Amino acid sequence: MTPAQGEATVLPLKTDEDVVRLRKQVREDLIAIGFGLVEQTKVVTAASELARNVLRYGGGGEAHIEHIFDGSRRGLAMSFIDQGPGIPDIALALTDGYTSGGGLGLGLSGAKRLSDEFEIDTTPGKGTTVKIAKWKQF
Amino acid sequence: MSNNKTTQLESIISSHQAELLDGWIANLTSRLVRRDKSSESELRHQASQFLQLLATTLKKSTTVNTSATDWEDIRHLLAEISQSRARQGFSPIETANFVFSLKSPLFNYLRTALANTPLELSEEIATTSTLFDDLGLYTIEVYQKTREQIIQRQQQELLELSTPVVQLWKNVLALPLIGTLDSARTQVVMENLLQKIVDTGALIAIIDITGVPTVDTLVAQHLLKTIAAARLMGADCIISGIRPQIAQTIVHLGVNLEDVITKATLADAFVVALQRTGSTISYSDNER
Amino acid sequence: MERIPILRMGRLLLVTIQVDMHDRLAMTLQDDLTNRIVTDRATGVLIDISALDIVDSFIGRMISNTAAMAKILDARTVLVGMQPAVAITLVELGLTLEGVSTALNVERGIKLLDRGNP
Repeated sequence: MTPAQGEATVLPLKTDEDVVRLRKQVREDLIAIGFGLVEQTKVVTAASELARNVLRYGGGGEAHIEHIFDGSRRGLAMSFIDQGPGIPDIALALTDGYTSGGGLGLGLSGAKRLSDEFEIDTTPGKGTTVKIAKWKQF
Repeated sequence: MSNNKTTQLESIISSHQAELLDGWIANLTSRLVRRDKSSESELRHQASQFLQLLATTLKKSTTVNTSATDWEDIRHLLAEISQSRARQGFSPIETANFVFSLKSPLFNYLRTALANTPLELSEEIATTSTLFDDLGLYTIEVYQKTREQIIQRQQQELLELSTPVVQLWKNVLALPLIGTLDSARTQVVMENLLQKIVDTGALIAIIDITGVPTVDTLVAQHLLKTIAAARLMGADCIISGIRPQIAQTIVHLGVNLEDVITKATLADAFVVALQRTGSTISYSDNER
Repeated sequence: MERIPILRMGRLLLVTIQVDMHDRLAMTLQDDLTNRIVTDRATGVLIDISALDIVDSFIGRMISNTAAMAKILDARTVLVGMQPAVAITLVELGLTLEGVSTALNVERGIKLLDRGNP
């Protein structure tokens, strides 16, 4: 039984240091679930990319971390929420190399490749929520 | 799925718990294929736990819809029982019978209790029946998932067995690949190779694909990813054992292997690796 | 202010990144390194990331940019000690750090730089 199942840990994303704290928290949760080192690294990296997006493009926001269980597999789900300007063209934002902020343009597309599930919900002018999940394989 | 609240079920279970349990256990053990003391006592423990939990759930819940949150504890208990049975090698029928064999003793009590109100009796039996069908199907579902997990784990173990990384020389590793390469296997191969590079301090890794039957775009991409990861760590890769058909497919698929050193045979690759790591090779004349 | 120390060994500069870097710290390191290449007249830079358990696109970009800047300042950069899990993740992320030389550890990195500058 996972005690944290169903309850999300909420972390603020307002400063650069918050991103470091988030990475640490995500790593701890992944270890608790029993993810291997490579999977841990992939998910922490994806979290880092998305947290940076919240900070750079969304003007700050928060991250929710949740343990998930589908009856046979355990996993970790994370939501990255901001009330920023939103993404006008999701397909374009998900293209490798496309950037609106002077980065490498690998944030969204990279995070998508590093996770098992990826959902993006954005309203121009209202904000963006990106949700990713990773399931523990055997 | 019925949402009716059963009226009688809870009171029957509460008032006849001990008798029900005995009837149920008798029913269960008669169907049990392998019988021994420990399995019987475990069964008794699980059965009484289930009955108690069923009574409390029926008391507090307003529905017999087993996917409702009130039924979570029951589902959890059944999942545990199902999982342990799947691991112990029970058949799906044996596993589902745990729930199904409680039906007939329960029906007996229902019939006695509601003998004078046949309409109510038939309704109660229908609801109870649906409830137990749901629970039984749930145990089968969990059973199935557990078996899948076991298969996946065994596949994983097999994967790790099938991808050895060997040291050929100081600073030179070889990875002879045999069989089809898919994503899961490549992941294991990649991790093993990179870890071995760290462990041995190798400068060059030879990936020999003589034993790989086909190379499609995906396999080629996996190979390129492995090579890119090794490069990031400071080691070079050579691909050897490329058969003519595979060379043709690679070109037709438009896969770019230009930045990768490729050699026809493992022996050729080994010579290159030795030269690059500063070892010299000399041939003596007195060959017999 | 928090800073990552840069060690000098002859004409080489050695940076060992041992903390989980936030973005500002990474940018400070880039500034410090390019300044030191000029003031110390360095010909080689070793960036040791063996203690880093993740490298995301920002840190990756900082490393490739630093290597490119160093090259303009006539110094070669070698990235050493990347962990296997980090390498796999970077490749999956789509970041292969083209143009950055790599080595397994500091010793190998020094050899690589020596070979390039006889």
